[in-house]
Formats: sequence, structure tokens, C-alpha cells
Amino acid sequence: MTMKSLGDPFDSKISLIHDSRCSCEQCTGKQFEPGTKSHTEALEAQADKMVRDTRPRESEFSDAEDVMDRAIESAIVRGIFGHNDASRRRFLQMVGGASLAAALGSIVPLDKVKAAAKDSMGPLEKKKLKVGFVPITCATPIIMAHPMGFYAKHGLDVEVIKTAGWAVARDKSLNGEYDASHMLTPMPLAMTMGAGSTATPYIMPAVENINGQAIVLHVKHKDKRDPKQWKGFKFGVPFDYSMHNFLLRYYVAEFGIDPDQDIQIRVVPPPEMVANLRAGNLDGYLSPDPFNQRAVYEKVGFIHTLTKDIWEGHPCCAFACSQKFATEMPNTYGALFKAIVDATHYSAKAENRDEISKAIAPTNYLNQPEIVIKQVLTGRYVDGLEQKVHDVPDRIDFDPFPWHSMAVWILTQMKRWGYIEGDVDYKAIAEQVYVATETGKVMKDLGYEPPSKTYENYTIMGKEFDYTKPEEYIKSFAIKRS
Amino acid sequence: MPLNMRAALVSVAILFVWLLLWESATPVPEATEALSEFELLMGGADQEARVPPPSKVVGHAWDELSNPFYDAGPNDKGIGIQLGYSLYRVLTGYLAAALIAIPLGFVIGMSPLMYKALNPFIQVLRPISPLAWMPLALFIIKDSEKSAIFVIFICSIWPMLINTAFGVANVRGDWLRVAKTHELGPLSTAFRVILPAAAPTILTGMRISIGIAWLVIVAAEMLVGGTGIGYYVWNEWNNLDLNSVIFSILMIGVVGMLLDLALSAVSRLVQYQE
Repeated sequence: MTMKSLGDPFDSKISLIHDSRCSCEQCTGKQFEPGTKSHTEALEAQADKMVRDTRPRESEFSDAEDVMDRAIESAIVRGIFGHNDASRRRFLQMVGGASLAAALGSIVPLDKVKAAAKDSMGPLEKKKLKVGFVPITCATPIIMAHPMGFYAKHGLDVEVIKTAGWAVARDKSLNGEYDASHMLTPMPLAMTMGAGSTATPYIMPAVENINGQAIVLHVKHKDKRDPKQWKGFKFGVPFDYSMHNFLLRYYVAEFGIDPDQDIQIRVVPPPEMVANLRAGNLDGYLSPDPFNQRAVYEKVGFIHTLTKDIWEGHPCCAFACSQKFATEMPNTYGALFKAIVDATHYSAKAENRDEISKAIAPTNYLNQPEIVIKQVLTGRYVDGLEQKVHDVPDRIDFDPFPWHSMAVWILTQMKRWGYIEGDVDYKAIAEQVYVATETGKVMKDLGYEPPSKTYENYTIMGKEFDYTKPEEYIKSFAIKRS
Repeated sequence: MPLNMRAALVSVAILFVWLLLWESATPVPEATEALSEFELLMGGADQEARVPPPSKVVGHAWDELSNPFYDAGPNDKGIGIQLGYSLYRVLTGYLAAALIAIPLGFVIGMSPLMYKALNPFIQVLRPISPLAWMPLALFIIKDSEKSAIFVIFICSIWPMLINTAFGVANVRGDWLRVAKTHELGPLSTAFRVILPAAAPTILTGMRISIGIAWLVIVAAEMLVGGTGIGYYVWNEWNNLDLNSVIFSILMIGVVGMLLDLALSAVSRLVQYQE
């Protein structure tokens, strides 16, 4: 499992943006040998290849240091090319990655920047931290960083505190009981804008997981696989400001079902989902795992669809903290952020998932049967419908990069369903809340303009999302509240 | 045979019959041969979960009670520690409420003017479910621990306040007149005549309050989480582990009964015969 957002910036064949039409090697999977028309080009291609052979591929990263190095290089290179990936790739094809790396090395002390990012951190302002989490598999990196020692590795003594739901996680974060917390990707946006709570500037340095949710229906609805038959159903979502809510609304609306008129959507904390489904209070839900798999395990529900099949690679949960924490305790924030990136990277590797399942199943963390967690994390699962074992390794995946375009999409849905009103400065909010990396901050200290723009277009259920036209996107929907 | 003995016998018989019925209604499925991967992932070949039989609950209770004070991290502590947290919150909120409710109840009970003036507020605030205060408390107090204590405070204040006021207002006029003829000052009258006279009523209010406080703490801790018996129930609900849920229900009942017994012992001390 690779993290596409950490592709080699000195490689012309790899896009750093990876939109839906991405034709780079990582996305298409095919090797691309440039045509060698002249001698010089042949030489350049050779040099280019040498760069690629000596530089580690992202799948070969051994630890967080490599990830940090790559993130810094990538940030600088993206910054130089003004986030125009096409021009970066053209330029690289012309001069070759080695030349760019060398040229860049002569003007920007790359090694120093990297070392600065890693070492310039002074003493930690605070070592004992409290990080909140809601007991779901989305929080895997935040949780497993504790039993598997990622916090300790970065000099932190973190207590991970289980929280009953997102409203409480939000309030405990707002009142400073938690230094940072597991949240849903739309929450820091909503909190910053003051939707559903007092406006407090929040930042989201890292996405936790992508994919990994599912629509579950009660076993009595096994014959109602067409969403058009769902009129009058009661659905549960974990929170108003959640990808779950927005994805469920999007999904049913695409089938002509009005999520406010034809079905009822209730906020139900994830742990209560299965009990409510069994009691018949809910006909189904779009919730985080392990509660989808748990419903199958308890034989009260079946998995109708994985959210991965609604929007491949959608963000879900996030790691967030207040802007105040990041500015007042930059070193602690930096160490914590590194621990999270480290843990997320570790979680992304398929071969570690068994071990992680074991580490996070006990009472102190998720408090779930290990077999349920394992089905979610390894993607080798049963859906409660078919008499077979499915194999979907990317059922849940972990990629920390907070794409600004994801924030824009979330904001369009918040507006579409009337959670926010009036004019929205999509880009400004996205860029304020989804801070690219802590790297950006360190670079700023060194006098460089940190890159913060990272946008891409998405195709969700066959419908194009163009991040440059959020308003048009909202208008293009037949079912909407605004 | 004295009545008490016979009553105890009937109690034991009822318990026995109930446990027997429960045990026979919830048979544990036989363990079959090795499960295939599919069956394992589906949670066994057996159909749906069921309420565990009492023998399992007792076994689980034994495990928990034999090591009640273990501490395996912030989210996994022994039942003794959890009950300790809950009792601490209940008693703190309750004592704070008593400190305010009893003096205020005196004022209201002794002054018909204050009684009439404060009555509308009391009548509006009294029926509010204490948990409805939680979001507001979290916002204003900015601390979930103190918010939980505040919720206990607000729910236990009303019975004490109203009972104190009622008890004070209904002290027999003769006794007050006797105090007057003995030329006792108002403070002296309050402490030497009214307080002993109203004490049984006040204690009744305190007993109602502790009962309500113990009811509310479970719900409050389920909401804010972290520690306490309410969190324990929530965490096991999270895991759909009915064994632990039934066990904690019993523990909540036992502790609630002990609290009530303690206060009823105190109220016997202040009883008097007219």
C-alpha cells in the first residue's frame, strides 16, 4: 500500500496531485519508457533512471524520517512550480530529476531544511498529553500509536482517552481537556466556522483514514437492495458534521431519494448503532467500522455497500487540534504530529494490519473482538449476504495528507444540505483548517513560503466534482436545500 | 418462626426460582467442531446473540470482583476504581447541594415573603431533567469532570431545598411561642428549636436526593465518558457484552442500596416522638 501523496517529487512519471484523470505510473500501474529520439535525451533518460534507482520509493520508506524527508522535498518542489504539476512534470522530462535535485540543492539547502525540520525543535513544552478518540477503526493510527510506542518514540507521554461521541470530543477539545483529538474531517471546518458550536479556530494537520465506512441494512431488508425502495427508512449517522452524513445523503439523493423528506436520518453514536439496529429503531446506518462488521458478526445486519464504492479514497476521520495548541506549543505539536504521521504510515502497510488488530482490540482501546477488527483492517471479511469471504485489501486505508479539495467538497455538501448559509469562501476556509503539514511551519521559520495548495478533482458515483467551481457544483444537484 | 425469617426465606425462594427460569431460558449453545474461516468471521455458526445465563454472569462477576482495583490504562480500570470515581462525583455534588439547599431552605421556610418570591423559580427549575443541563454545563464550566458534578448538584438540590423549606415552615407554632417566651434570639431559635424539629423532614429530602443523584450519575458518565460506573456500562455496551452490563447493573443496585441504608440510619438518629 503506497501513500500517493508522498510520491517522489523528482520523478517526472509520478503526479503529485493524482486527480481522477491521473495518468502517472502510480495510478495507471504501467511503466512508462520515454521514447529516445536523440542522444542527449537518451542520456537524460538514463540519468533520470539513476535518480529513480537510488531514491527510495515510497513503499520502501523505513520510518518517519523518510516520510518527513519526502514531504519536505515534495513541498519545496511543489512550491517552486507553483503547484502546477503538469509544468513540474514537463520540466523534469526536459532536464531530468537529477539535474533538478542538483540545481535545487545549490539554491536551497535541502539537507539543512530536512535536518531543521527534524532537529530544530527545541525542548517539548509539554510531555504529558491527552488525546481523545472515539472507539472506531478510523482512529487506528491515533490509538495504535500508544500500545505500539509511536508517541513514546517522539518523547511524548500521551494518554489516549476514549470518548463517548463526537459532540463530547468536540466539547472536551474546545474546553482544553484534550490537547488534540480524533475528529471527523468536516468537524474542524464546522468548528472554525462556528456551525453547531462556538467558532474556534481549528486546524487539521492530518487525515487519519480513507475509505473504511459502509452502509449497513437490517437483515430483514435483504430483498431491498435498490435505494429507491428505502422510502420511510430510518438511518443512523454518527454526527451531523460527518462524512457519513454527507455520503449517505449524496448516495440516496443520486437515486432520487430526498434525505430530508423520504427517509429519516438520525444522529446515533457509533457504539449504539448495533443495539439500535437490533431493536429495530434503525433500518440501517452509514457508520464507521467496526460497527458495520459487528452488525454482521451479531447477525443483525448486512453490508449493503462499502463507501469505497461510493467515492474511492474519500477522507473520513482526522487528527485535529486547536490553532492555539499548535502556536503555543510548536515543539510538542511537532512531535505529536510526527508521531501521528509515523503511525499512519505504519498503519497503511497491509502486512502490519494483523499486529495492529491485536494491539487495538483490548478493553483499553476499541474493546471489540479481535476477529471483527481484523476483518475491517485486512479487508478479508464476510458481508452477511453471500456465503463467501470477500477480499478487499483497501476496504480501509490510511493516508495523512489533508487535501484542500476534500475540504472544498465537504463545504459544498454542508452548503447543499443547509448546514451553512450564505457566501462561503471555500478555498480560504479549506486552506486555513487543512494545514498541509507541520513542514510548512518549519519552512516558514527558515524564510520559505510554505506550499499549502493541494487540490484535485473527484468523480463520485460517476459525477464530476470540479474544485474550482464549488457553487456550480452545488447548483448542479436536483435535490438540495439551498 | 418470626416474620423476618419467613420473609427472608420467601426472598431466597423467589431469587432461586427466578435464576432457575433464567438459566433454563438461555441455554449456552454447544461448542461444535472447528469452525471454517467463513463461520469464524460470521461469529460462529450459532444464530444471534442472547442474554447470558446467570451462571455466566456470576462467573464474570467473580472475575471482576476478585481484582476490583486493577488499572490497565486510562480506559480500562477495575470495577472498584470505577465505583470509586462515581461515588466521589456523587458525594461532591451532593454535599455542595446540601450546603446550599439547607440554609436556603431555612430562609424560605422561615420567611413567607421569600417563599412566595422564590417559589416560581423553584417550580420551573425543579422539573428539568438534570442531563439537559449537561451541554450548557460543559460550555460554561469548560470541564467535563466538574460538569458531571454540577449535574449531580443540580439534581440533588431540589428535594433537599423543598423538604427543608417545608419542614421549617411546619414546625409547630406552640414550640416557636415557647422559644419566644424563653426569649431565645432568632439564631438560637433556628438551631435549638427549628433544626431538631425539622430534621426528620430534612433527612427525608436528603435521602430522596442521594437516590436521584445515584440514578443520574450513571447517565451523566455514559454521556461524558472517561471514568465511573456509567462509563463502564457504556464501554461494555460498546462491545455488546451483556455479561458485564448485567454485572454492572447489579453493582449499581447494590451501591445505591448502601447509600440509601446509610442515610436511613442517619435519619433514625434524628427521629423523635411527639
